[in-house]
Amino acid sequence: MECVFGLVGNGFAIVAADTSAVHSILVHKNNEDKIMLLDSHKLIAASGEPGDRVQFTEYVQKNVSLYQFRNGIPLTTAAAANFTRGELATALRKNPYSVNILMAGYDKEAGASLYYIDYIATLHKVDKGAFGYGSYFSLSTMDRLFRSDMSFEEAIELVDKCILEIRSRLVIAPPNFVIKIVDKDGARTHAWRQSVQDVTTASV
Amino acid sequence: MEAIGNAGSAIGILAKDGVVLIGEKKVTSKLLQTSTSAEKMYKIDDHVACAVAGIMSDANILINTARVQAQRYTFMYQEPMPVEQLVQSLCDTKQGYTQFGGLRPFGVSFLFAGWDKNHGFQLYMSDPSGNYSGWKAAAVGANNQAAQSILKQDYKDDASREEVVELALKVLSKTMDTTTLTSEKLELSEVFLTPSGSVKYHVHSPDSLTKLLVKHGVTQPTAETS
Repeated sequence: MECVFGLVGNGFAIVAADTSAVHSILVHKNNEDKIMLLDSHKLIAASGEPGDRVQFTEYVQKNVSLYQFRNGIPLTTAAAANFTRGELATALRKNPYSVNILMAGYDKEAGASLYYIDYIATLHKVDKGAFGYGSYFSLSTMDRLFRSDMSFEEAIELVDKCILEIRSRLVIAPPNFVIKIVDKDGARTHAWRQSVQDVTTASV
Repeated sequence: MEAIGNAGSAIGILAKDGVVLIGEKKVTSKLLQTSTSAEKMYKIDDHVACAVAGIMSDANILINTARVQAQRYTFMYQEPMPVEQLVQSLCDTKQGYTQFGGLRPFGVSFLFAGWDKNHGFQLYMSDPSGNYSGWKAAAVGANNQAAQSILKQDYKDDASREEVVELALKVLSKTMDTTTLTSEKLELSEVFLTPSGSVKYHVHSPDSLTKLLVKHGVTQPTAETS
């Protein structure tokens, strides 16, 4: 039931992901951050097998850092996305990773971009994308309301509408989401949308 | 290093809108089929070319290695490999032969010319030890010290490609042993950007070379025509 979605606006890209860590019928925690900072201007939002998700995204992140240390220049978002896809493709016929990824980044030449990379190493450069059962709702909402070059406020409004749709229409919908953005000033967390906090014992 | 000092010279010069590579072919016999194969200049990738001085068989292995490395990078990242990274990776290979395995080093020096979006036009020289550095103008092969000192005096920053071709021809004519310079003894190539923005590696045809030699007054015309 993991929900990840994202879209590209005017000079920025937004990704949102649910923050539940679930094992069968048990929710381990409600504030699991599934959107990793790849470097100063890239985000990777991942969904799938929790072990694979962390292992693979950390692997990509460390390789991106290594490239930068070795060569003194950062990878472009397109290069990082193609590298990621290549790693998934190489592992696919031996020992596949069950991870779906939305990679958002900002480059000076290319501007903001979003890449859809699924667990069988499909790569698409997209304006909007989504994974999981939530994608049925978020993609439909975005198809209806997305316009190219939206302002930041309009984009956040659209993201919130998608979250509302998922919350109201998906059975066992995840209660909490995190929203992160990347633009010319870098990648950062924008906000959390929490409808349930972690339960602690009530004070007597 | 000895072998390279006896091999045909090659010179590379950076212009503001391109890089020029010129090489002297050690053509020893009229029977040699010169027009069909390149001897000094090779294309590594669409955006990188190199000139060679030294043992040709060693050079072929390294050129193939460089080509594979460039394609491997493009396969992984779907972008052309930055020129410095290509040179560095080839030099890492060369260095390995100086340290491991009891094998002998490659007897080749290279001049790499290329373009990438990070640093624009670049020229690199590398030697058998695996050392490399970026240059504005460099020479390898026979008489390379003489060529290098002439280049030091005559090189101007921000020259156009035509001016650089002229400089290259003049320097080579001064350092070559032969009295007459004809297009059969030379290979000239340029790396530049087309108006549409893609990188082009152009090797001059013998006719074009002859015209340039005459234009810059570097060739001795034959008795009949003078």
